[in-house]
Amino acid sequence: MTALSALIRRDIRIALRIGGGALIGVLFFLTVVVLMPFAVGPDLALLARLGPAILWLGALLASLLTLDRLFMADHEDGSLDLVVMSRTPLELACAAKALAHWLAAGLPLIIATPVLGLLLNLDMVATAAVALTLLAGTPALTFTGMIGAALAVTLQRGGLLLAVLVLPLSIPVLIFGVAASQAAISGPTSFGAPFSILCALSLVSFVVGPFAAAASLRQGLD
Amino acid sequence: MQLRGRDVRCVRGGREVFSGLAFEVAGGEALAVTGRNGSGKTSLLRLIAGLLVSAGGSVALDGGDAELTLPEQAHYLGHRDALKPALSVSENLGFWRDFLGGEVTDASDCLAVVGLSHATHLPAAYLSAGQRRRLSLARLLAVRRPVWLLDEPTAALDVAGQAMFASLMRDHLGRGGLIVAATHGPLGVDARELRIGGAS
Repeated sequence: MTALSALIRRDIRIALRIGGGALIGVLFFLTVVVLMPFAVGPDLALLARLGPAILWLGALLASLLTLDRLFMADHEDGSLDLVVMSRTPLELACAAKALAHWLAAGLPLIIATPVLGLLLNLDMVATAAVALTLLAGTPALTFTGMIGAALAVTLQRGGLLLAVLVLPLSIPVLIFGVAASQAAISGPTSFGAPFSILCALSLVSFVVGPFAAAASLRQGLD
Repeated sequence: MQLRGRDVRCVRGGREVFSGLAFEVAGGEALAVTGRNGSGKTSLLRLIAGLLVSAGGSVALDGGDAELTLPEQAHYLGHRDALKPALSVSENLGFWRDFLGGEVTDASDCLAVVGLSHATHLPAAYLSAGQRRRLSLARLLAVRRPVWLLDEPTAALDVAGQAMFASLMRDHLGRGGLIVAATHGPLGVDARELRIGGAS
C-alpha cells in the first residue's frame, strides 16, 4: 500500500508542478468550450441542445491530450524499468498511475464544468447532469486510454498512435455519456438506463485497463 | 547466495548479441562485465534484471529470499537515472524509498553519504550529470537489495565520487551482497572479469 500511495502522490505532484499535464487539460477544455458559442452563433436554444455534447467532446479530447504522458515520461527517464522490477505487481502500479492521472487531470475538468455550462446556456439541472455523467464516465476514458498509452510507449512518435488507438475505445463512453445527459435534460428516455451502462463501462475498464496495460508493457520491454 | 547464468543467449532485433555465456557470482563477490561497444554488456544486465527476455539458457539466484524473484531482489542502475526533474532531490529519493520498499534506511543519511545533503530541496532539473549519478547511487543505499546491477556506474563521477562509490561497493560486498557491473574502466574494487565477445 505504501508503494502505491507513494506512486499516486508522486504522479499528482508532478502533474501539478509547472510543466505538468494537469493545467494543460483544463485550459484545452476551456478553449474548446469557449470557442464553441462563437462558431455556432448566438442561437441560445441550439447551444443548450448541443451543450452536453460539446462538454463531453471537450472533456474527451482534453483527457486524450494529457494521456500520452502517462507512461512515456517514465519510459524515457528509466523509471518504468524500476517499476517493472519492483515488488509491486505491475497491474496495481498501472491502476495507481491511472488513478493519479484521473485525480490530477480528470477531476479538474468536472470541477470546471459548472462554469462552462453557463457559456453554453445550460441550466442548473442540465449542468449537474453533465457533471454527474462526466464523473461516472471520465474514469473509463482514463483507464481505456491507459491501454493505448502502454502500447504507444515502446514505439517512437507514440502520441499520434495513441489518438488512433484510443478513440474507437472511447466511442461507447461518449455515446452513453451524452445520452444520459440528454435524457436528464429533455427526456423522453429515462436517465437511469444510459447512466447505468456508463457506470458499467467504467467498471469494466477498471478491470480490463490495468491488466491490458501491464501485459503490453511487459511485451514491449526492450 | 549465488547468481548463476548458464548458456545465456541474447537476441535483439533478430541479431544474436551473445550466446553460450556462463557466469557465477557468489555473495561478497563482484563481476566486471567488459567488452567493446555493442558487445551486449547492457543487454546482459537488463537480462539479469528481467527487463529483457533471454533467447535461451537460464539465470537464477540461489540462496536468496525464496518468496521473491531475482528482479525483486536487485537494484538496477542504468544509463537513464529514473529522476524526475520537477521533483526535488529529497522527493526523488523519498519516492523510490517508499515505492521499492523492503528494508530501508533514512533518506537524509543516504544523501549525506553521497554528498548531496546541501541540495536536498533543489529540483533535480538543476543537478549536474555527476550530481544526478550521485542521487541515483543514494537509491542503492536507501533500499537494501542483495544484488546490484550497475551499468557504467562511475560514468560522470569525479575522482572523489569514484572513491566514495568504491567504498560503498566494498561495504555492500562486506555485507554479503553481490555486484555485476558493466564497465570500461577500473571498477575500484576487486572483481572477476567476464569478457563478452572475445578480445577487441
